[in-house]
Amino acid sequence: MIGSTLERRPARRADSSAPRRPGRAGRTDRPGILWAAPALLFFGVFALFPIVLVAWLSLTEWSGLGDPVFVGLDNWLALPQDPEAPGAVWSTVRLTVLCWAVQTPLALLLGVWAAGQQRNRAVLSALFFLPLLLSTAAIALLGHSMFDPNFGLAEVVGPLVGVPDGNFLGNSDLALYMVIGVLTWQFVPFHALIYQAAARQIPRMLYEAAAIDGAGRFRRFLSITLPQLRHTIVASSVLILVGSLTYFETVLLLTGGGPGTASRVLPLHMYIQGFRAFEMGDASVLAVLLVAVGTLLSVLVVRVTGYSRMTSEREGL
Amino acid sequence: MRSSPRRPVLGALAVVSMLGLVAACGSGGASSEIQLWGLQDDLLNESTEQIVASYNENAETPVNYSYYVNDPYKERLQVALGSPQGPDVWLNWGGGNLSQFVEAGQVTDLTPMLEQEPELRDAFLPSVMEVGTVDGSVYALPMVGTQPVLLYFNQEVFDEAGVEPPQTYDDLLELVDVFTERDITPIVLPGQQAWTEMFWLAYLTERIGGPDVFQAVIDGEEGAWRDPAMIEAMERCQELVEAGAFGTSYASVTYDGGAATELLTSGEAAMFLMGTWEYGSQLASAPEFVESSLGWTTFPMVEDGEGDPQALVGNPSNYFSITANSEHVDASFEFLAETLTSDAYLDSLLELGQVPPVVGIEDRLAASPGADHATWVYDLVDNASSYTQVWDQAMTPAQAEVLLTNIQRLFLNEITPDEFAAAMEQAS
Repeated sequence: MIGSTLERRPARRADSSAPRRPGRAGRTDRPGILWAAPALLFFGVFALFPIVLVAWLSLTEWSGLGDPVFVGLDNWLALPQDPEAPGAVWSTVRLTVLCWAVQTPLALLLGVWAAGQQRNRAVLSALFFLPLLLSTAAIALLGHSMFDPNFGLAEVVGPLVGVPDGNFLGNSDLALYMVIGVLTWQFVPFHALIYQAAARQIPRMLYEAAAIDGAGRFRRFLSITLPQLRHTIVASSVLILVGSLTYFETVLLLTGGGPGTASRVLPLHMYIQGFRAFEMGDASVLAVLLVAVGTLLSVLVVRVTGYSRMTSEREGL
Repeated sequence: MRSSPRRPVLGALAVVSMLGLVAACGSGGASSEIQLWGLQDDLLNESTEQIVASYNENAETPVNYSYYVNDPYKERLQVALGSPQGPDVWLNWGGGNLSQFVEAGQVTDLTPMLEQEPELRDAFLPSVMEVGTVDGSVYALPMVGTQPVLLYFNQEVFDEAGVEPPQTYDDLLELVDVFTERDITPIVLPGQQAWTEMFWLAYLTERIGGPDVFQAVIDGEEGAWRDPAMIEAMERCQELVEAGAFGTSYASVTYDGGAATELLTSGEAAMFLMGTWEYGSQLASAPEFVESSLGWTTFPMVEDGEGDPQALVGNPSNYFSITANSEHVDASFEFLAETLTSDAYLDSLLELGQVPPVVGIEDRLAASPGADHATWVYDLVDNASSYTQVWDQAMTPAQAEVLLTNIQRLFLNEITPDEFAAAMEQAS
């Protein structure tokens, strides 16, 4: 679609004005394949090529030693027999849905608030955005020490919230929620930043007009801010949903997927299959699935929400 | 129109990726050094570096020593071994870990070379050499102290409660009640890391059924996981959990980072089943505690059990092996032969509280910093009727992964011993 609009443009321009230098007529001034080459090369070497390689590895038996042995679809057919796979899928679904459901409202409210003009806003926003500056590994390790039942904050806070022994990470019913909590703390600032930038773009005249019409603060948020942020919500949601399929280091460092397999999500299961059990073929099957699901999910969200139609948010202004 | 520009792009991609492959293959090549790979260990690395440096002063083929953190090391080794970037000499754990490399044809058989140097072959304790031996051929030589798993305890906590270290499993159960009443965690169990739970299962199996029970698992015998001794050991593990032997928050505790050790030294817990590396790290971090209150004993016996109370479970040693297609097989062997039993190397181990699995070093052990611990461990290993390697190292990595996952479930009471056996059977 983008291609077609671009192609029309030079023709129109040639009609209307600006005579061209001879010899450089037509579509030559349009960014060509050469312009895209660096990005394409990068994408090809670091994204496409590995994906093809992994797809091929999923058809082999390989422990990392020696050469991969081609086994056809054996690894794919063995997937239903993997006793840990259903649990890992379920954990991943819960993690994805909950991450989205918790992070979106928090980030939205925080972002919209941070876009305002209140006193102390700049200082408080800077504090809220602090987790953005920390590396994922540092945050996970921090979380791990905080949840230590004997020497961490968990020992103090646990009794207050009904976990007298501070056993958060070692409790099968809680472990995944602790992971979600840490992920939320880490990623809400990023999404709040996106919402803040988008909320600042909303024309003030909309609010002024609504205020004249007698709309209260809540009404203005519901009828102006939210609809105006529609595309931002979609973009942030895609990032959260697809991102949830890649959360791995946080889980590894926080719970190791445990206790048992209570918080073993698919990416971690893939890692364990690949680099602990050295079943590279089985791990590659999971990798291919994750790529497919991630792509499908983002296409689906974009289609369902109408984001792909690229219509303006500013109609009538 | 839209598809035509893509073809050259794909072509270019193919060319670039092939160039990448060619570059990756070409950058290795011949090296004039012996590449020696080891594990990150702050205490050990320093002395090993010194020993390598002094060896290099007169060596025709110098040694280049590099070391890595545990889990990344295993990943790196698995992929690099046999490639030009791989090591000539590398650390491994013997057992199933080693045998998968042997099966892949990646390891030099040291037997003929050891025939030439019988002194070297006979220098090590036989039970420790056994683990570096696959199908009767020696593929690995011990390179650190022997590390049996022992029951460490806090003497002060025991004295305050007026009790003695457990001799039997029933003693242990009684102690659990004594310490629970005194609001002390009876036993530290860093259950977030399943291998610490594995020690309990391995020792209980050993005490109840003897070494043959686990040997049957390694030999792949049918029904090995359903051996009555194995099932009973699992039931006893769950019994201990049920009795509160490990407290309630054990599944949140980790060993890496020192939280578990801290619980024992601070007196918040009474006992800790751990490998003798624990002694070395306490000697470095809490020397006063080691001096005043650290006690140790063998794993308690089980009444009516077939196992010998002197039999051991643990890490017999870590080993050095030589890559099969290395360009420096002979030079590498020479390095190992000159180093592993040299006075300087043994002294460096002894200084760290380690117990080299080398025959006839009683006098030097008695003069070492952790003399009472070192001589005690040495005698124990020397007299042990059997020395079972920790299970996860004795198995292939794929089986070990299933084992560790299910041990954690067993200790969480999520599965029964029967389900455990079924899960292991499916994996083998």
